[in-house]
Amino acid sequence: MTDFTQPHTQAGAPSAAKGINWTHLALRWLLFTLLGLFALFYLMPLFVMVTTSLKSLDEIRTGSLIALPREVTFDAWRTAWSGTCTGVQCEGLRPYFWNSVIMTVPAVILATMLGAMNGYVIAQWRFKGANLIFSLMLFGCFIPFQVVLLPMARMLGIMGLAGSIPGLIVVHVIYGIGFTTLFFRNYYVTIPAELTKAAKVDGAGFFRIFWSIFLPLSLPIVVVTVIWQFTNIWNDFLFGVSFSQAGTQPVTVALNNIVNSTTGVKEYNVDMAAAIIAALPTLLVYVVAGKYFIRGLTAGSVKG
Amino acid sequence: MAPILDIKNLYKNYGAVEILKDINVAIEPGDFLVLVGPSGCGKSTLLNCIAGLEPITSGTLSIGGQDMTHVSPKDRDIAMVFQSYALYPTMSVAKNITFGMKVRGVDAATQERKLKEVASQLQIEQLLHRRPGQLSGGQRQRVAMGRALVRDPKLFLFDEPLSNLDAKLRVEMRSEIKKLHQNLGATMVYVTHDQIEAMTLATKIVVLKGGVVQQIGTPAEIYNNPANLFVADFMGSPAMNLIPAKTRQNGSGTEVEISRGDGSAIVLKDSHSRDLPEDVILGLRPEDIAEAGFRAGQDVQQAQCMIEMVEPAGADTFVVSELGGKQVTARLHAETSARAGAMLDLAFDLGKVSYFAPGTGERLN
Amino acid sequence: MTEWLERHTPKMVLAPSFVAILIFVYGFIFWTAWVSFTRSRLLPKYELKGTVQYERLMASPRWDTAMDNLFIFGTLFIVISMVLGLFLAILLDQKIRAEGALRTIYLYPMALSMIVTGTAWKWIMNPGLGIEATVRGWGFENFAFDWVVNPDRAIYAVVIAAVWQASGFVMALFLAGLRGVDEEIIKAAQVDGIPTWRIYSAIIIPSMAPIFLSAFIVLAHLAIKSFDLVIALTGGGPGYATDLPATYMYAMAFSRGDIGQAASSAMVMMGVVFAIVVPYLYSELRAKHD
Repeated sequence: MTDFTQPHTQAGAPSAAKGINWTHLALRWLLFTLLGLFALFYLMPLFVMVTTSLKSLDEIRTGSLIALPREVTFDAWRTAWSGTCTGVQCEGLRPYFWNSVIMTVPAVILATMLGAMNGYVIAQWRFKGANLIFSLMLFGCFIPFQVVLLPMARMLGIMGLAGSIPGLIVVHVIYGIGFTTLFFRNYYVTIPAELTKAAKVDGAGFFRIFWSIFLPLSLPIVVVTVIWQFTNIWNDFLFGVSFSQAGTQPVTVALNNIVNSTTGVKEYNVDMAAAIIAALPTLLVYVVAGKYFIRGLTAGSVKG
Repeated sequence: MAPILDIKNLYKNYGAVEILKDINVAIEPGDFLVLVGPSGCGKSTLLNCIAGLEPITSGTLSIGGQDMTHVSPKDRDIAMVFQSYALYPTMSVAKNITFGMKVRGVDAATQERKLKEVASQLQIEQLLHRRPGQLSGGQRQRVAMGRALVRDPKLFLFDEPLSNLDAKLRVEMRSEIKKLHQNLGATMVYVTHDQIEAMTLATKIVVLKGGVVQQIGTPAEIYNNPANLFVADFMGSPAMNLIPAKTRQNGSGTEVEISRGDGSAIVLKDSHSRDLPEDVILGLRPEDIAEAGFRAGQDVQQAQCMIEMVEPAGADTFVVSELGGKQVTARLHAETSARAGAMLDLAFDLGKVSYFAPGTGERLN
Repeated sequence: MTEWLERHTPKMVLAPSFVAILIFVYGFIFWTAWVSFTRSRLLPKYELKGTVQYERLMASPRWDTAMDNLFIFGTLFIVISMVLGLFLAILLDQKIRAEGALRTIYLYPMALSMIVTGTAWKWIMNPGLGIEATVRGWGFENFAFDWVVNPDRAIYAVVIAAVWQASGFVMALFLAGLRGVDEEIIKAAQVDGIPTWRIYSAIIIPSMAPIFLSAFIVLAHLAIKSFDLVIALTGGGPGYATDLPATYMYAMAFSRGDIGQAASSAMVMMGVVFAIVVPYLYSELRAKHD
């Protein structure tokens, strides 16, 4: 878990006694200019997406990429949400957006719950082989999913879940367990084992200790895990495109179909509006809970 | 009386590593048993075995006459205070104290009554609604004790409960625990690495090293008659002087020869006839070496020694002299005239002497 | 019975996940590995036929392109993201008042789906209406930026979008690392009169070696798995110009109906990932267990 603590002090403020330090001032200006330019680089695509989505097709063809819209219109948004065609159907992104919601919510909840219990067992109820199991789960996080794509497709067929949203939920839960377990394990490992011992002496059992003592402590890691899972599952494309069929596709797959459909006139404004709609939930999470989002990212990368 | 805690032939292994070897300890109701030893000696593991938090590899363990070897902690009728206090961080002090009762289904009225009792006993009434995070170290310590007291168990277990407190608070809580023991008449098992804690609290001490019991006895027995060099060195501060010496029988007594720093020897006479080998380690506590004229008795022997260092410590003054190739400390009264670099007559009280075999370290007398 | 239950509850709680991982990860890897040694086409066959699929893979020019692309894309993506990330982290470490806001701006692309990123950059780099047209509109009539549709350049377009998405994340990793360096060491260096850039180059950055490793692992992992971005940005085209092993595998599995090729290409991908990740995880786990 990483937090950004206070910056170092080596930048050193100019000392008042010496008067104005011109070199220092110039360096500061250079610094801010650079930082500002990079900020533009990162913001530009979002800016272009938003402005494009608010322009009419005519204006897009005649105007400049980075110009603000002369006339703001939400037509493209309406079309993207409920009218544009993904292949043969023309219902917009809306049904697929809801597909993503009903796929993501249960998958996040299930994977988080399983991860919490697994992490609790591995961190606090060590038994012979627990570390081996943890290592196996951890390696599972790193496999390229291409290697399970073919057998998974067959397995979903056998289970009668091929091309269905429950099938996608199962897939996301299974391949999410590794990370959620890792998150909770790393969090619970920092809780002193004496706490569990004290509760055992007090007469509490496995579930009681989890429920009364560990769960109330877990809010930060639950938030981190939920955000991590939500972002990953919402943004997933590979499983979505591999295991869905017409009607059950998640929003990322639908977006790709809209953008890369070769029929008809290219409506760039609709493409951009659709892209923003698909990105909104995770962007919102990022804006609201950025701190936890970063923690998840860094926790997911600095292992062990 | 039947022993309230009876440990027989207890072994504990982690894989191939033997942590505890053939432990045999029994205590009576009302005893205060202290398990003491350096870190890694297995004392905390032994306590965890008593609590049932660690399974034992072989042997038996009974509490209150019942075999508890394979019984889980909650059914052993014990309470435990931990080094880190292990307070439940999300519960208030009151909830921390009553959690055990709640889990056991004790009715709310009883819980409330017992909570009040314990809170007033420990003077923590005003803290009951706080969270552990809002308490000082000393207050946490009290809450942890409260959580144990409220259970009214057969056996209280303490795992180095004072080691996270600062020096002053540690002394305060030490005497408080002692008072508690006396007032409750409860049976306690207490783990510490601090030999002063062991000496002040215990009615019975077990000295452990490397998972093996070195000696079991009252504090006085352990202090005065350490069973081996390890116990002699570990218990007492400053430590017992352990001086290589040569002995020979001389009529009705024993002559002990010790070399001084300048190469010359002093000979002390022990009036007891003893069956000793020629080479021994002579053990004398610093307080058994005094300034000549300040100690009298049958076996007090004087010898002139070169004082190398003088350390005034308020109530006493410690002086150091090289004897038998070792820095030997003597505890003199505060107003001593001892000067570093000068000779001084010291009185050795051989009535308190211990002899150890240099090879095995075992006590010889 | 209750004693037994009590003692084995933890194992039973862990069991379902463990079994799931065993089947759905390790069992499936085994299945894919097995099939990669058969002559499976549209349907899997289970009769082992040696390394025929791998020979076909090596003989395939499309796979050749995919591996070359992976190498080009992976190297550029990792190097540029690391350099840019470290540079940004150092800039942000200079007691900037707006640090929080800037960090948020640099990192937000990481919250986006790669499909969204691909869609956005596809539009921006679109020669007819995107940057090329805009710059030409400013009067630079000969300006050309047609990478997305230029077979020789398209893979670099993918690199741009990927760096845009991931470099903020590397920045966050490095910034956390910079802040994690022992304050006292830096103070000692300042007292010794060592200039700021030397403090960075000689003290802080060398002490961040584990973070470089972490960043490398994550980026390498992303590079090998990247699939969505290519699909959305170029669809693997023009032609096969931006095919990566991941898109090759997908094409074989779901549009070409060539399960043998899909399985063997997936196995090669896993080999590459594990060659990078396994030593890292192994050392991490070992270090933690002691």
